[in-house]
Amino acid sequence: MSNKNITGAVLVAGGGIAGIQAALDLADSGYYVYMVEKSPSIGGVMAQLDKTFPTNDCSMCIMSPKLVEVGRHVNIELVTLAEIEEVRGQEGDFEVHVRQKARYVDMTKCIACGACTEKCPKKIQDDYNAGLVKRKAIYVPYPQAVPLKYAIDAENCIMLSKGKCGICEKTCPAGAINYDDKDKNLTIRVGSIILAPGFTPYNPSGKAIYNYDNSKDVVTSIEFERYLSASGPNQGHILRPSDSAHPHKIAWLQCVGSRDINTCKNGYCSSVCCMYAIKQAIIAKEHDPLLECTIFYMDMRTHGKGFENCYNEAREKHGIRFIRCKIHSVFSQKGEPKGEVINYFDEETGKVITDLYDIIVLSVGMEISQNIRELAGKMGIDLTSGGFVKTSSFDPVAATRPGIYVCGAIQGPKDIPQSVVEAGGAAMGAGTALASMRNTLTRKSPVRDEINIKGDPPRVAVFVCYCGSNIAGVIDVEAVREYAATLPHVEYAATNMYSCSQDAQDGIARIVKEKGLNRMIVAACSPRTHEPLFQETLLSAGINKYLFEMVNIRNHGSWVHKDAPLKATEKAKDLVRMAVAKSVLLEPLEEADLNIDQNVVVIGGGISGMSAAKSLADQGYMVNIIEREAYLGGQAVNIHQTADGSMVQERLKNLAEQINSHENIALFTGAEIQDVEGFVGNFKTTINSSSSERTTIEHGVAIVATGASELKPAEYMHGRDRRIVTGMELDRMFINDDPLTASAGSAVFIQCVGSREPERPYCSRICCSHSIVSALHLKEKNPDMDIFILYRDIRTYGEKEFLYREAREKGIIFIRYSLAGKPEVLMEKEDMEHKGLEHDGLENEGLENEDIENEGLENEGGGKIKIKVFDHVLNMPVLIEADLLVLASAVIPYRDEKLARFFKVPINEDGFFVEAHVKLAPSDFATDGVFLCGLAHYPKPIDESIAQARAAASSALRLLSKKTIKTQGTVAEVNGIICSGCGVCVAVCPYNAPSLRVSGREAGKVNGGKAEINPVLCKGCGACVSSCRSGALKLKGFNEGQLLAMIESAMN
Amino acid sequence: MSEMTLKDVSEAQKGFECKTIKIKDDSEPQKGFECKTIKIKEVSDLQEDFEPKIITILCNWCTYGAADLAGVSRFQYPPNIRVIRIPCSGRVSPKMILSALRNGADGVWISGCHPGDCHYLTGNFYARRKFILMKNFFEYQGVEQGRIHFSWISSAEGVKFAEVARDVVDSVAKLGPAKHFVRH
Repeated sequence: MSNKNITGAVLVAGGGIAGIQAALDLADSGYYVYMVEKSPSIGGVMAQLDKTFPTNDCSMCIMSPKLVEVGRHVNIELVTLAEIEEVRGQEGDFEVHVRQKARYVDMTKCIACGACTEKCPKKIQDDYNAGLVKRKAIYVPYPQAVPLKYAIDAENCIMLSKGKCGICEKTCPAGAINYDDKDKNLTIRVGSIILAPGFTPYNPSGKAIYNYDNSKDVVTSIEFERYLSASGPNQGHILRPSDSAHPHKIAWLQCVGSRDINTCKNGYCSSVCCMYAIKQAIIAKEHDPLLECTIFYMDMRTHGKGFENCYNEAREKHGIRFIRCKIHSVFSQKGEPKGEVINYFDEETGKVITDLYDIIVLSVGMEISQNIRELAGKMGIDLTSGGFVKTSSFDPVAATRPGIYVCGAIQGPKDIPQSVVEAGGAAMGAGTALASMRNTLTRKSPVRDEINIKGDPPRVAVFVCYCGSNIAGVIDVEAVREYAATLPHVEYAATNMYSCSQDAQDGIARIVKEKGLNRMIVAACSPRTHEPLFQETLLSAGINKYLFEMVNIRNHGSWVHKDAPLKATEKAKDLVRMAVAKSVLLEPLEEADLNIDQNVVVIGGGISGMSAAKSLADQGYMVNIIEREAYLGGQAVNIHQTADGSMVQERLKNLAEQINSHENIALFTGAEIQDVEGFVGNFKTTINSSSSERTTIEHGVAIVATGASELKPAEYMHGRDRRIVTGMELDRMFINDDPLTASAGSAVFIQCVGSREPERPYCSRICCSHSIVSALHLKEKNPDMDIFILYRDIRTYGEKEFLYREAREKGIIFIRYSLAGKPEVLMEKEDMEHKGLEHDGLENEGLENEDIENEGLENEGGGKIKIKVFDHVLNMPVLIEADLLVLASAVIPYRDEKLARFFKVPINEDGFFVEAHVKLAPSDFATDGVFLCGLAHYPKPIDESIAQARAAASSALRLLSKKTIKTQGTVAEVNGIICSGCGVCVAVCPYNAPSLRVSGREAGKVNGGKAEINPVLCKGCGACVSSCRSGALKLKGFNEGQLLAMIESAMN
Repeated sequence: MSEMTLKDVSEAQKGFECKTIKIKDDSEPQKGFECKTIKIKEVSDLQEDFEPKIITILCNWCTYGAADLAGVSRFQYPPNIRVIRIPCSGRVSPKMILSALRNGADGVWISGCHPGDCHYLTGNFYARRKFILMKNFFEYQGVEQGRIHFSWISSAEGVKFAEVARDVVDSVAKLGPAKHFVRH
């Protein structure tokens, strides 16, 4: 394909969190992005959520900055109310036909004042609030929407349907209403397409068993999410929908519209419902600690990072009841007391219990809508039996038509972090094919001229935020604003409903400009999350971004002083006064340019490391892979096949060959990192390797893909007989074609070996699916083999559920055990003695098949392995004889503290690395320029590892493609007149930023001269400043005068 | 003085709003009750209406994050602290504590990352060294024990932040208004 036929733009279909992440990754890497969204604004389902599991972060709070970032990105074009009609052309050069519905509101004129909505006479169901409340026919979907422009719902508008009314046109002060607006047909040329249209919640309507149509007190989980939300129908109060009574008992019914082929056709597991039910139950309990919350489930599937912990806490700390029972049906109580009746089987007593609940929440699953399935058909991409887009383990985000990628729920049911990971992976894939046309269609963000305010008297603007009711529910926001207006130098004080929303941002910038203000204070939430956003806004008004102070009256105010509103208001006033006192002394600061070295280091040569390296090398960057072993492949060298049946060894061999022969990849095997110096853009990593004693690599970014390993269990007699193996040892037997894998008459798998135990509380995620894959393979080799899987919960999430079904259909027997009643492995003594460790060939991969055969024969005549386990169906212990015992052993991290220290990245208590944000930055570290993927992050199968490797590469690419970044302005500075050249600052600084001058006027004659600070190396901690005995150093933005002004003004 | 039940006591304890309370003698001993009694008694010793102001200097990366987390988790603590955010506890100089006392702060609380966890690698080691010297110095000068506090709280320790905040306010409140170094 010649460059002429490649277009350096990408179309992202869907503006949910997955689409947003993909668009941002691409737009920051040199590709122009068209974001085509069906509804009037972006945000998707995440915008509807109250909180996100497992940390219960406020969903809108973490999402809002991303929405705003998309809204203002110069290289993202939002095409709202639009859907793809047809895709012509091929990879690199697509012609996409898009139909955009009329909005009837001129987006360039609408100022989002809301006057139209207020006057509109037509009320209809509000989709954002799951139809629980009404909205008007002219509307914005939700207050923080991007773009924040109104739209008319043509079907319901009286004017558009009946030709009478026209009130909004008369009301609109901006003249933005246009009833003559027409649908448009757009043709968009792009090189790649990313599909991220998301899911539709399963609709339980029409299924009598759920009683959903008859009773208002049976709600879906999406409806309940809106009830929990402070911006929802009851302002976050949980009330029984039918009569607004205070509820005492709430039940969640899991697997509604998932793992169900009777009432619907959704045989797959929706992956997220167990966790969101736990989250909702915990939040409901926080609203009312006396509430009784019960979750009825089939298997608890808490297989993600931090999920199992959340599950344990829900049970132990929050007192949420978990009952394993698939509820047959729900019906309303006839007569008093009012409620919804459920019958369930109690496993402990063996009795059927009838119970009454105030609210029933149906934990509905995910579906791909018929429209999207049809669109996929028209586009010529294959779907799975569950209706999701078909991808493969080794190319997890590529659809079957080249050039079309997918991310989020369209690829299979999944949670937010996994969607974000795939978004990065899809962006990487979509960009790679267009790499030659990078930066050809993008625009540079305008260099904004800053107004020189030197010498001007301070003119301070103060904005106080309601944050909906988050702040205003406790603090008297208007009183704080009134007070702020009386403070010296404050020229303007106002309040905002949501300061972070697009309209408020635009308003703030406009006011700062109009009124000639030169300092800005926002009293709202935490600067740790929102300072950059407001700084950007200030910059857009032509004011240096360091002339900004943020006052935290939410996290440090309203949220923690709920019962003391007056004192919280006083505290807020004090904090605003302190910020004003500091802001008056603020100065504009400059940011130095920092070059990003264009080389990359990838630590780890497993599947993740190789995938990340290849992605960046394919885009033209020089990548160095540092691998501790002598060979590439990591854990994958012992894996036989993936859940979709891809043969791993074959694929691994191909990948390793591509790595070895890639002109942009340097490989260091047998290598160990000795030292890492530097920081983002300018790392220096020193290694020794099999080829050289000492090599120093200069690089701009690093990707940590150090992996994890399989636990060698100390229980269940592992290591005492060659017929007792771990899951991965069985894979090795498959690869070696060990005859035992076909000759064994019976095989037993024990799940959760070393996982979900007190000393290792996390779930290893991969073992349930992998054991079933292996069990099916054994069945394939020997259909007569009796296979038993002993498990605690089967966690075949997503479409892996189909494997679980297949296994049961093929006669594999599943026996559940509990942590208190773990299986026992028994063997006659004399057999153990002559089958000692010396014969255990599994320690040695290179073992000849012949040896195994001999040993296999020897064993087959030997003692019998018997497994004793309590069967919950028979309600008695059973003894199973096994010719092969497979232990699904935990994935254990390396807990690489040395590496953590080198790159200044954290490790969690389980020993895995900690990402920058559990939901929205799963492949980034908080340390700039360092990224994370694969098992080092958390146990995951090969497809997810590859997706995350590409996501990490995509994040790295965002940085690399900038070539230079700005350093921070808050750095230390020396006053040479006062400096005595003592050198304490040089001794104190961990970054080598200060040095004593050796040349120039301030150089020392005998010893060192006066100190100077290298602003690129300075991180702005201020340790040198407080240590300077002469007071010659100052930390810009936190200087002595500014901090003392805050202290002084705190008192009166 | 009014008599209160255990439930009232725990309610009152939440916001530290109730100053004079007595525990019913016949209240049944319960798990954790003993420690509650002590705390309540301490509160009851306070002067009526004394609301101390405490200058609180927090490092951006750990303790300020913990305070944010306490907020997200809705852990309640008394509203007497006035937070100043700085990059690192290593930025704190003795002058700041002195200035707080001179300007009439009833207490000072400085908190950073746990030693060894500093975002800037070693900043809190310097802070720790300074704090020990400063504490000795101020106590030598007559500033009561319990007015100046130092702590190490990581950004994951929201619970600890709320607990320490309660303890700091409690111990400063017990001492009454500051007298030493105050400029009149």
